[in-house]
Amino acid sequence: MSGKPRLTYFNGRGRMEPVRWLLAAAGVEFEEVFLETREQYEKLIKDGVLLFQQVPLVEIDGMKMVQTRAILSYIAGKYNLYGKDLKERALIDMYVEGITDLMQMILVFPFSPPEEKEKNLDSIKERATNRYFPVFEKVLKQHGQDFLVGNKFSWADVQLIEAILAVEEKIPSVLSGFPQLQAFKIKMSNMPTIKKFLQPGSPRKPPPDERYVETVLKVFKK
Amino acid sequence: QFEEEFIEKKEDLEKLRNDGVLLFQQVPMVEMDGMKMVQTRAILSYIAAKYNLYGKDLKERAWIDMYVEGTTDLMGMIMYLPFQPADTKEKNLALIIERATTRYFPVYEKALKDHGHDYLVGNKLSWADIHLLEAILMAEECKPDILSAFPLLQAFKGRISNIPTIKKFLQPGSQRKPPADEKFIATVRKIFNI
Repeated sequence: MSGKPRLTYFNGRGRMEPVRWLLAAAGVEFEEVFLETREQYEKLIKDGVLLFQQVPLVEIDGMKMVQTRAILSYIAGKYNLYGKDLKERALIDMYVEGITDLMQMILVFPFSPPEEKEKNLDSIKERATNRYFPVFEKVLKQHGQDFLVGNKFSWADVQLIEAILAVEEKIPSVLSGFPQLQAFKIKMSNMPTIKKFLQPGSPRKPPPDERYVETVLKVFKK
Repeated sequence: QFEEEFIEKKEDLEKLRNDGVLLFQQVPMVEMDGMKMVQTRAILSYIAAKYNLYGKDLKERAWIDMYVEGTTDLMGMIMYLPFQPADTKEKNLALIIERATTRYFPVYEKALKDHGHDYLVGNKLSWADIHLLEAILMAEECKPDILSAFPLLQAFKGRISNIPTIKKFLQPGSQRKPPADEKFIATVRKIFNI
């Protein structure tokens, strides 16, 4: 038992990537177990370690945690990335939920049928540029601080930098109308823990490819 | 106690959007303590913490969050059911019942059995208990005897329903809304163009 958190998920981004980001941003080292076969998944279920028979699973502080939001909230709370009071937490939660909705579109994109991919990509671009990025651009402009909430690094900042990079992978020019977000991206990328996570050899996973999609479909097939 | 403003036509939603009061152009929106809160989970977390329904420490909060996410997934399926294409309704209803009885309810039945307490977390009423009661009642509307294999959940349902504030909410004349009917579905479809 190393005492480090242990993550069980596919060897790819999916729903676990925000957890990898948050732990890395907090400077917390972790171990990973990769799900590769249906048998492995069925064994996890049989062993009773998946509360709702689903991954992600994060073993941390004696708990077998599931449900991404619950996991992320716990990590944020534990490592002081959740604001200083209830109202700051409320803002962080609102921002994170908005970003999660945008990331959900990116999450399901590789699994959409080929004939729908162009339409889905357009939706991602539209939502990012008309619904989500303007909100954070405005927040940063209005208070003029480096971080989204309370002039202090929080879960919301980590979630936003992750989302910015993920959308840029699909739409490289997406930040062109957002100077504050461009500056934010640079600042966040240069924070030591995040900079380390963005370097090769870190636990950060590459964008989903065909092999990833195949593995997920194979493991989850009924 | 709380006040309610109802969106009945597209113009209502457009006005809210134009007034800039919806952070991500979406409802629900709850104005409280000087904030215009959006995003259901953020709103619920704030209310739970403010009114001491969120456990006593980080670990209890983690359990409450896990339980709530589970019931949210189940209730999400039920919420979308009226908006699914007519030819998939039967299959989706069967899936809801299967998930409720094999994935979700067994977890809460076991939690109650393992510790023998009246409430899910920390031997004290929390957001998780309220969310579970709501999920149970919604699932029963899909299949009235859905709790037949879950004796502890049946007892839980009886106990939580009798808490004075909840009992009051379950009575006619409260702000509790009825199940989605044709009129509600049509209104939502019209306002969201779906």
